[in-house]
Amino acid sequence: MAAKDGREVSSKLVLYSFWQSSCAWRVRFALNLKGLSYEYKAVDLTKGEQFTPEFEKLNPLHFVPVLVDGDIVVSDSFAILMYLEEKYPQRALLPADPQRKALNLQAASIVSSSIQPLHMMSILKYLEEKIGPQERFLFGQTNIEKGFFALEKLLKDLAGKYATGDEVSMADVFIAPQIAISAERFKIDMSTFPILSRIYDSQKALREFIAASPEKQPDAVN
Amino acid sequence: MAQAHEEKKLKLYSNWGSSCSFRIRIALNLKGLEYQYIPVNLLKGEQFTPEFQKLNPIGYVPVLVDDEIIVSDSLAIFMYLEEKYPQHPLLPSDLQKKAINFQAANIVCSSIQPLQNLAVLKYIEEKVSPDEKIPWVKFHIEKGFEALEKLLKGHAGRYATGDEVFMADLFLAPQIYVGIKRFDVDMAKFPLLSRLNEAYSELPQFQNAMPENQPDAPSA
Repeated sequence: MAAKDGREVSSKLVLYSFWQSSCAWRVRFALNLKGLSYEYKAVDLTKGEQFTPEFEKLNPLHFVPVLVDGDIVVSDSFAILMYLEEKYPQRALLPADPQRKALNLQAASIVSSSIQPLHMMSILKYLEEKIGPQERFLFGQTNIEKGFFALEKLLKDLAGKYATGDEVSMADVFIAPQIAISAERFKIDMSTFPILSRIYDSQKALREFIAASPEKQPDAVN
Repeated sequence: MAQAHEEKKLKLYSNWGSSCSFRIRIALNLKGLEYQYIPVNLLKGEQFTPEFQKLNPIGYVPVLVDDEIIVSDSLAIFMYLEEKYPQHPLLPSDLQKKAINFQAANIVCSSIQPLQNLAVLKYIEEKVSPDEKIPWVKFHIEKGFEALEKLLKGHAGRYATGDEVFMADLFLAPQIYVGIKRFDVDMAKFPLLSRLNEAYSELPQFQNAMPENQPDAPSA
């Protein structure tokens, strides 16, 4: 079918993704949870494929992930997740209860605003250049731990098998990839975070999470 | 408008200078919601008092209290208000436009604001050098502003995503304010954001929410 601007569009969802991107991981996880099949289009960030004219048309900010749903193009993992939640309400990721919903959004915000931005490649590279690799590592580690402490406090009275109860929700979608990527890379002692450790045990056992993990993606490199 | 001495259903724990609080003050004004303004003096560490910790153990402002419901984090508060008080909707119903609003808000929340907060600036000042602090901040603000100029190019009208005020405007206005007032960003490079800023300056709901107009703003 043709989009308004004449592009050939599939009637299927298309996800532009990079295997290692934790933001893309969130979206892949959510798509799996909602039982939504999609076409995977790899954007090799190491080769600068985010700067091609084709990709620029989709996202002039050159970020992955980008979701294309017919005529609609959505960039930014948070915007994509909110779009999916509204357009495909099956297996709702945000609870109906306003207090629980708010806590899920707060958890998502802690990950996407307080943790992930502070260990982005560009930031770490800057620190390494200005101060050195040891300091770069400490900076990443400190900020992740700070964010994890915040999540422990936030989820204290709420967590069950998963972050905000016994069902998987938006908070898990943000938290699980974050733990997976940062615990290893920054040698985080997860025993300091008993709630996160416990919910991560549940999250990482989900087939939807496993299928979304970097090494399982078509563009994964060994 | 906030009235400290009357009993109001909604309570907003806020700090005059906090851009996250600024966003929510605009939202409350636009929706015509009266609220009790409860200042939290961040410099004096009031976010660490037992009372405030009970509301938000993470110690951030803003916090909204609506009867038994307590919401922290400006994004979560925004979504709560939008759902609970649907008057003067702050998200368009069109899914594409709605997504652009989320994306713009997130550019501010994730790509700009976290890199200009006090803790990070202090770190740069101490570990890199005091001279590096301002260039660092300006670099990230300008990068974010460039991204916003590109993002909003095909969508802006009188305001960020059309001719009505939506979520993107609420997140943009405080960020532009901080960029100009605190870090002296050269707005000539950002014609769309400059134009939007002008438009915001004509709206009383934005003006009333500005830092210097808050009860806890330091007197000149």
